[in-house]
Amino acid sequence: MTGTAARLPNGRLHVQEGPIDLVIGADGPPDAVQRAYASAIHAFDGLLAGLAAELPALRRPAGNQPAVVHGPVARRMVEAVHPHRRVFVTPMAAVAGAVADHVLAGMVAAAPDLAKAWVNDGGDIAFHLTPGTTFELGLVPDLDDPALAGTATIRFDDPVRGVATSGRGGRSFSLGIADAATVLAATAAQADVAATLIANAVDLPNHPAIRRGPASAEDPDSDLGDRLVVLNVGPLTDVEIACALEAGAREAERMRAAGLIHACALALRAGWGVVGIDPARLSIATETLPNIHASVTDP
Amino acid sequence: MSEALTADSNTGDIVRCDACPVLCRIRRGKAGACDRYANRDGELVRLDPLVVTERAAERDGELVPFLDAAPDWDGKLVAAPPVFVTGIGSGTTYPDYKPAPFIVATEWQGVDTVTVVTEGIFSYCGAKVKIDTDRHLGPEQAAIRVDGEPVGHVTTAEYGSQMLSLGGVRHLTGGSKREGTVTCATLLALCNGEAVDLTIDGGSTVTVQAGKAPVVDGEREERMRVGCGSATIGIFAKQWIGHADEVIVVDDHITGVLSEHQAGRFLDMRPGGIRVRGRKSTPGRYFQVADPGSGWGGTDVTDPLAIIDRIDTKTAWPGERVLMVSTTGEDSAYFELDEALRPVPMPMPAALQAVVDRIGENCEPALCTVLFMGGAGGSLRAGVTENPVRLTRSVQDMITRVTCGGAPAYVWPGGGITLMADVTRLPANAFGYVPTPALVAPIEFTLPRAAYEQLGGHMESIRELDAVLARHPELRRERGRADNPWPYDPPGDAKRRP
Repeated sequence: MTGTAARLPNGRLHVQEGPIDLVIGADGPPDAVQRAYASAIHAFDGLLAGLAAELPALRRPAGNQPAVVHGPVARRMVEAVHPHRRVFVTPMAAVAGAVADHVLAGMVAAAPDLAKAWVNDGGDIAFHLTPGTTFELGLVPDLDDPALAGTATIRFDDPVRGVATSGRGGRSFSLGIADAATVLAATAAQADVAATLIANAVDLPNHPAIRRGPASAEDPDSDLGDRLVVLNVGPLTDVEIACALEAGAREAERMRAAGLIHACALALRAGWGVVGIDPARLSIATETLPNIHASVTDP
Repeated sequence: MSEALTADSNTGDIVRCDACPVLCRIRRGKAGACDRYANRDGELVRLDPLVVTERAAERDGELVPFLDAAPDWDGKLVAAPPVFVTGIGSGTTYPDYKPAPFIVATEWQGVDTVTVVTEGIFSYCGAKVKIDTDRHLGPEQAAIRVDGEPVGHVTTAEYGSQMLSLGGVRHLTGGSKREGTVTCATLLALCNGEAVDLTIDGGSTVTVQAGKAPVVDGEREERMRVGCGSATIGIFAKQWIGHADEVIVVDDHITGVLSEHQAGRFLDMRPGGIRVRGRKSTPGRYFQVADPGSGWGGTDVTDPLAIIDRIDTKTAWPGERVLMVSTTGEDSAYFELDEALRPVPMPMPAALQAVVDRIGENCEPALCTVLFMGGAGGSLRAGVTENPVRLTRSVQDMITRVTCGGAPAYVWPGGGITLMADVTRLPANAFGYVPTPALVAPIEFTLPRAAYEQLGGHMESIRELDAVLARHPELRRERGRADNPWPYDPPGDAKRRP
């Protein structure tokens, strides 16, 4: 393969090819970890080429008829966006999460005796838990300035095995202005597409301080085509920040009620909002969050 | 530039990258999906490699392009012609007290030479910006903002230019998180040669780009004045005699009036009787004839007659010929006094136009210059030697040469290693950042191997240049700028302390 694989400190595995960059971890008997890593490298080999071959179909908006694709990751992507087809979304919105789910599934199949495993694809994470194990999530309020603002602990009996963050920082374009929308869902692919759409909903339409331009002018192959993506966000007032966060929180609450996500945390500038998260389960260092403007908690 | 990749650059506007199966088409100035490859002026480039600088070979005083000198180069890196490995993309070992990423040995003109190549994380850093303009950009000490965040301040006015101080640790980490992030992004853009809009409290918005003309409130500044109004009078006085009876050079600093000025007296000019506003300094030299602004000569004046206080009926005469001109020659007007001694606009006589044009010709192109300024801290120095203070002394003694991406750096006298470098002399995209926020800048220390051993260098980590080049095929190869001193050459007139 054209990618690279390397062992990182603390026994983690790093595989990378083109835009896919995975950091993988596994706990369990040493031979199980070994089998899991071998499986991850095997699953990764040719994964990007397979995806690239189906890119034209994966870049088309989801419709009532799911796109016919063949690769295992492509199928996960199409499946993840299908419930959201009433709004504009393409299977590409789930690519990072779907890659993480696929590689993790291969690891668990090859080593069922693993106690715990996780695949982190650029912040979109799929994880496997067994009774008694937990997964600690770090919350990053600004993708351009990745500092840990708090943590959330996922337990075996939580219905969450995937987390994803979307927003203006990072590599993809956003239709909205959220610094970060972090979603907990049953799979990483489901979390990925939901995070993308919730981040899109954090917006202030026609606000003069928000500069937008066609996605195609930034990247001629963007699945967003000529849709206006946010290029720059100037100064915003506290009230405007709260309005934008509320718009995102409404979208997150709609998805939560429909059973598509478990919970969501939103960040814009100094403002935060959470949906579906029991605050007692969050260990957010409150001094790092000076203002919680939009606070939509458990209804 | 990565030769291994094909650049589908019919127009250069879109380049196809074949580094991986995604086959991104990348627009000019943008990066691919991986953020590792980008389209720079129609060429596919890697964003994160080490940069190797080729020495611009000099032959009979002419520069020989590297590829002409070695037409059969197969894309492999070889150590000749001379190659200098820069810190760009080398990474950093901060905050580990480990040897710098690359400690490269080579022989240069018979001297075993070591270059310690690293990238520094500069928490203490900023940019000193000089803007060639006479326009009033804003009051001294005024805050300079980007996206509403304070990123620096207006500092001194220098000759024909205004200095700005941007960044510094108090904006990077001493204010709000957003202030730090915006400051870091501003510094990064400026240091990498991109244009940035700076808004000055109570002043102008200036578009600043290193090596380019400043744009003040949407107007491109073309020229840097030849001198103040008084100096302009002195320089051109003789050339006006016989063609004008009075010349007023409008300047925000010192407005000159020819017939009153020492130069006019010396040439036995008849007093013109036109009194300008402002505060008289010495004969023919006036301060504050108007408020500062973006009009004539850095004043707020758009109608030059506005600076005339009165016309002395006993001294002035009908038919008196008056030239008014700004210090750059960009603005000029010609008047003659009528029977009532009122100035009447008239076409500019050719002889006067020639002198106005000459004022313009004597102005230099107005530029923005951006100097990166940063201090190399203890950890960075520890990557060079086990005894960091000895590196400082060696730099101060001019035994160790400091370069930034192969570009010369001025090291301030006094303690520590606080340096400045002209960002236009570094290879493209030499600067990076970390979310601290802080800038990441390449820095190289070059010194004789024996001196390196003496200051407690990491001798066990030294690798030969050929081996470094062979083991790192990803190295980006660039020609060094011909006007940059070659980093291996010893510093000029090295004076050592006794």
